[in-house]
Amino acid sequence: MTTTALKEWPLWEIFVRSKQGLEHKHCGSLHAADASQALHMARDVYTRRQEGVSIWVVPSASITASNPDEKGEFFDPAADKIYRHPTFYEIPDEVGHM
Amino acid sequence: MSATIDYLLHLADNAVVLGQRDAEWCGHGPILEEDLALANVSLDLIGQARLLYQRAAELKGDGTTEDKLAYFRDSQEFRNYTLLELPHHGALVGYAVADRDYATTIVRNFLYSALMVHVWDALQTSADSTLAGIAAKSLKEATYHLHHSRDWLVRMGDGTDESHTRAQAAVNHLLPYTEEFWTVSPAETAAVEAGVGVDVRTLRAAWDALVNDALAEATLTRPQVRGYVPQGKVGLHSEHLGFLLAEMQSLARAHPDGCW
Repeated sequence: MTTTALKEWPLWEIFVRSKQGLEHKHCGSLHAADASQALHMARDVYTRRQEGVSIWVVPSASITASNPDEKGEFFDPAADKIYRHPTFYEIPDEVGHM
Repeated sequence: MSATIDYLLHLADNAVVLGQRDAEWCGHGPILEEDLALANVSLDLIGQARLLYQRAAELKGDGTTEDKLAYFRDSQEFRNYTLLELPHHGALVGYAVADRDYATTIVRNFLYSALMVHVWDALQTSADSTLAGIAAKSLKEATYHLHHSRDWLVRMGDGTDESHTRAQAAVNHLLPYTEEFWTVSPAETAAVEAGVGVDVRTLRAAWDALVNDALAEATLTRPQVRGYVPQGKVGLHSEHLGFLLAEMQSLARAHPDGCW
């Protein structure tokens, strides 16, 4: 009764693990008052077409993201190091798709 | 056989009427996530109604279909609880109109799903094996509806002054209508005797426990209920069902046997 209304609910990032998939994949975000409500809402928003068998919700504020302005020094140096890709092996046919 | 059909229609009418009511929030939900949640609840209920009407039509065997049962019966033939046909707001005087009130929606869904988790659980052993199958499927859905509505009931009751006031008003308005749950209709008596239905009176203690527990957590007061007992399940409805059915049935009646 003494709770003051939140002006805006915090944002949550939603991760869903599909039936086939091994890992939880980020599928979107939503606003919710707390973690358990975020979980309920994620169920209704993101899994109503049988997309998932498990859901994680993470406060968006807890995620530290790389800075888009530092994209150059972060990612470009990898561009010219093709020897880091395992593309120099001949894969026997019997192995199939890798 | 007719006992089973009447009982199936009672269950189906409950589901379709509440499904139609809750669907009124579609596109108007208080927030996007709740809009989807309520639409999901409605789709669950309409899905339950379809299976129950299909089974009733099969037992009737006179060429009737699920659509005929849902769209071509009039309000006095409907056997749903009066609680489920009421608009999403409190009682009004005369021709007054009011906005939809989400607390009313939530309290109604809570009171009904708190009953249905017990009804579906018991019907899993119904002598009608199709109904037993529908019950097993519907139990999971009702359990989720109960989680959803109970969660909001507690948040509203134990929330701000405004949300508490609205939740208490909705409880005061709707709880008297639940008296109908416990007054057994002839159709229910016949279905219980046939081993098809469940005697709702045996579920009352469990329902009371669920309701009292949730109201206490929500810091809400359970009002004293006495007097008028609605009789929707024997076909005596409030003035609201006719309007609900007019909207729900108009398309099917304008284009009989239409297909799209």
